[in-house]
Amino acid sequence: MSEPVLRLEGITKRFGTLTANDDVTLELRQGELLALLGENGAGKTTLMNILFGHYTPDAGRVVAFGHELPPGKPRAAIEARIGMVHQHFALAANLTVIENVIAGTERLFSFGLDKSSARAKLKELSARFGLAVDPDARVGDLSVGERQRVEILKSLYRDARILILDEPTAVLTHQEAEKLYATLRGMAEKGLSLIFISHKLHEVLAAADRVVVLRGGKVVAERRAAETSKDELAELMVGRRVARPQRDVQAPGAVLMRATSVDVMSSGTKLLSEVSFEVRAGETLGIIGVSGNGQSALGQLVSGLAKPTEGRLEMLGKEIQAPSPRSFVAAGVGRIPEDRNADGVVGDMLIWENAVLERVRGSEFSAAGFVRRTPSRAFAQTVIERFDVRGGTPDSPIRLLSGGNMQKLILGRNLATSPRILIAAQPTRGLDEGAVAAVHAEILAARRAGTAILLISEDLDEILQLADRVQAIVRGRLSPAIPIGAADPRRLGLMMAGVWDEAA
Amino acid sequence: MRLERRANIPLSLAIAAPIGAVIAALLLAGILIAIAGAPVLEAYQRMLIGAFGSRLSITETLTRTTPLILTGLAAAVAFRARLWNIGAEGQFYVGALAAAALGSEHGLHLPSYALIPALMVAGAVAGAILLLVPLALRLRFGVDEVVTTLLLNFVAVLFVSMMIEGVLKDPLAFGWPQSVPIVGDASLPKLIARSRLHIGLLIAVGLALLIWLIQSRTLFGLESRAAGLNPSAARFAGVSLTGVLVKVACLSGGLAGLAGAIEVMGVKGYVTTDLSPGFGYTGIVVAMLAGLHPLGVVVAALFVATMFVGADGMSRALGVPSFIADVIVSLSLLTMLVGLFLTSYRIRR
Amino acid sequence: MDALDIFASAGLWAAVLRIATPLIFGTLGALICERAGVLNLGIEGIMTFGAMIGWMTVYQGGDLWLGLLAAALGGAAFGLLHALLTVTLGLSQHVTGLGITLFASSLTYFIFRLSVPVSGTPPTIVPFQVIHIPVLSDLPFLGEAVFAQTAPTYLAVALAIVIAWGLARTPLGLAVRIVGENPHAAEAQGIDPIRLRIGAVVFGSALMGMGGAFLTLAAFNSFFPTMVQGRGWVCIALVVFASWRPERALLGALLFALFDAYQLRLQHIVGKAVPYQLFLMIPYLMSIVALLVMARRARVPQALMQPFRRGER
Repeated sequence: MSEPVLRLEGITKRFGTLTANDDVTLELRQGELLALLGENGAGKTTLMNILFGHYTPDAGRVVAFGHELPPGKPRAAIEARIGMVHQHFALAANLTVIENVIAGTERLFSFGLDKSSARAKLKELSARFGLAVDPDARVGDLSVGERQRVEILKSLYRDARILILDEPTAVLTHQEAEKLYATLRGMAEKGLSLIFISHKLHEVLAAADRVVVLRGGKVVAERRAAETSKDELAELMVGRRVARPQRDVQAPGAVLMRATSVDVMSSGTKLLSEVSFEVRAGETLGIIGVSGNGQSALGQLVSGLAKPTEGRLEMLGKEIQAPSPRSFVAAGVGRIPEDRNADGVVGDMLIWENAVLERVRGSEFSAAGFVRRTPSRAFAQTVIERFDVRGGTPDSPIRLLSGGNMQKLILGRNLATSPRILIAAQPTRGLDEGAVAAVHAEILAARRAGTAILLISEDLDEILQLADRVQAIVRGRLSPAIPIGAADPRRLGLMMAGVWDEAA
Repeated sequence: MRLERRANIPLSLAIAAPIGAVIAALLLAGILIAIAGAPVLEAYQRMLIGAFGSRLSITETLTRTTPLILTGLAAAVAFRARLWNIGAEGQFYVGALAAAALGSEHGLHLPSYALIPALMVAGAVAGAILLLVPLALRLRFGVDEVVTTLLLNFVAVLFVSMMIEGVLKDPLAFGWPQSVPIVGDASLPKLIARSRLHIGLLIAVGLALLIWLIQSRTLFGLESRAAGLNPSAARFAGVSLTGVLVKVACLSGGLAGLAGAIEVMGVKGYVTTDLSPGFGYTGIVVAMLAGLHPLGVVVAALFVATMFVGADGMSRALGVPSFIADVIVSLSLLTMLVGLFLTSYRIRR
Repeated sequence: MDALDIFASAGLWAAVLRIATPLIFGTLGALICERAGVLNLGIEGIMTFGAMIGWMTVYQGGDLWLGLLAAALGGAAFGLLHALLTVTLGLSQHVTGLGITLFASSLTYFIFRLSVPVSGTPPTIVPFQVIHIPVLSDLPFLGEAVFAQTAPTYLAVALAIVIAWGLARTPLGLAVRIVGENPHAAEAQGIDPIRLRIGAVVFGSALMGMGGAFLTLAAFNSFFPTMVQGRGWVCIALVVFASWRPERALLGALLFALFDAYQLRLQHIVGKAVPYQLFLMIPYLMSIVALLVMARRARVPQALMQPFRRGER
């Protein structure tokens, strides 16, 4: 067995009271493709950020090619020929590919920027590793897949021998992901050593040589990919078996929400085009898609934030003429925004204020322009109790809540008013397994109570568990709906790639 | 060792921040006083005497506090909603001009009890309009209001200058550019006889209380706070950001305009282009020292007025330029910012 | 003289360059800060301080160039303060900048009043003189219109060209741009965003200080309070008008100065028929119009006013 090219020894990192990494030790060998597996919050990204010098660890050290790296210095990691591909790409959109690649590679105080030899080297790397991209394109004009290639090229340009990829397939389709892993395998065969972070079991099993499982900030297991199974990894990753609640069969009722050939334009670009769907009472319609294909615009449309520029949007049998968040809420639409911190809560306001903000103009919570604080607090207390929100009272700032509890509060403030329609955009993004189960249980309970649910999600498992029918969203268009019984990962993967005629 | 954001800022720290900031500013300014060759402790002692040492000086300090409360409130309400109104100086002047124009013998002819409120409203409306222009540019064209409100300050003062050298010029002022004086019925009743202190102080303190009530208890208060802290979430919850900003602009510009009107009606009786020694800009410092809290504004305005009035007396006695007051006040803004940082983070080892 | 004849006078064009010079310095300074992601509203106060300290240095017997250097160093010192507060501590750039302006202005007046006793006429110095350039200055019309300037004016124009080239074509310029677009991208490339931003703000503020000093060392020969008259704010507007590009900043400052020089001459023709205050308003109103025209078109540095904190979640 070859020598380790990289060793992390006893890494510990705390954020306040949270221990993100607890005495983590791991090794990477030459030519190896190692998967770092763990669910959200297991400490994978923190660990890689320490390795790359973005964070300084509280204890432990990083040794690359036999030399210890000084903590907290990305430049040292680069000089030790370690490259990192961030989940949220670290690219400047207004600069060109070549500028993004060569920034910081030459001595800061020197004349002239040698773009032509850089261009030649970049082209050679593109050809050698199969990473095609135009060096002179503005990064903002590139597709997501191309941007990822730029990220990888940035490391290769600096002669990286070790490459770290954080959730590299989060923004890719099934097919693009397979292609990426083939590229990564090729790189490993050419002698590079790679670590990729993932929580997707099938990818880990298919692509990696070896798997290290992280849970609660600790390394809980290490397996050779060939010698383990999906079930074993799932159990190691989650620790305890959390039974996700199951959907039961029920006949849907009347159509409560319907879109017919809806277009949404914003400053000259078409965000949604000819979108049609219908959601019935007691039914969940799932919208699956790869990140960035128009989910945000769709979420805005069905939350009252974006107007249809063409087509009809009907709710409860009536066409919506002038949509607004207020009119939607008044009509009995519960809304869970895709980004709870940006849109769901005002972090510096109190829990009770956040609980009533979207309904505060109703007579229940205000009178003559004044907020009725007693009923408002009581409402917040009800939501906290009924939906098991932990970590705060109605009078504590909402930012003190964990992501899961914040999401339970958002869900609760909507469900406590028994909405006819529920819009759930990425309802479990970034939550741990326990919180996911709780959110799913509530969504299923709403479905049983006859609510029409529109679920927008990038998580295949979530769609398969909750939805009755599925449509895929691709570049602002929706596929026809298929019943969940006819959906399997392969077919959904094709639909998410925009191939739905053949699949139908 | 590193910094970590505090989950909650205790009240004691929130109050300690401005006090610490002021002490730090006084210490730093003490270096300048020493360089100027004056005994530092005595200088500060004389400043206190200058501001509070006699009946006259106390009333002068409170007279100076009045416009600062109003411009401080103007900045505080705007900043809370993330409306960067740096134009209180210009709004002050147009408010003053409106009151002077309508309060002169060529203006409204009303009995005192109607004239005084009418002139105040006129000043407030003028100030509000001057802020609605940059707000409209921001909402319609995406122009940052910081620079436009700053630039409009110069335009406003030039406009005042044009008016008081033109149609509003006082022919009896021996050629000095100043406006015709307001009529007797338009001047504010004195709070204390034989002093310059007028009922404007009570109005300003009353408005601070009213704004505190609005911010803490009303729908508008809740919605404008949400809009300021997280515009995106406020919009998602159905708050009309435009509506909030327009209302906030009317309130903020109105307060600054009212400050100008009250200064004319209570103190000067006419308008000149040096009516304000930077009340609009100093209002920003007042608001920041107050942590944008309306009641804190009253206290902060009193502190700032103390510095200015006290520095005049100290300057006469010790020969230290009275600009030391400006230095202390502006330094306390910077030290307050650092103080806010220190209170919102804690140091961990 | 007719309103159009003004354009034919060489004096107008000479005045344009003279009026533009402080704006070129200030706009370039603000532009460099902003390209690195930091709005520096301290500019108005820094220019005021530069005007005073430059003048004071010469008044106390220093050389004119030493005065310019003193102004640059003074500007750099306030820039460092602004950078420590906004970059290192991540405080609000708006409020801190205004605080710097208030502090720098009041410190200026304090020092000036302390050193120069109150008198009827402010004391004067011998300012920079027009340089006679062989051949060029003797050209008909052009010589009088373009090549009849003081040294700092030529320096300002040269700086604009050097900075335009530097930003586009050197590793340092690319580093400044990437930090202003996305500091996380810069950090991933091994560039330290915090140090780079501090450096950019310090350098940019030094230019602002020099812009202020031009007023007392070349345009006028004495210092008086409020002499900067909002020029700093005009520079902030010009940066937007220039869409954050140095070569356009140069053009913008010249265009702006052209209007200013023209209105000064127009005032003489029109006389008392139109109140002079209306003419004086023009620069400020024009700045607002410039902002209006460019607000939606300009390509704003993506990370402008976004503090960068390392290792914060």
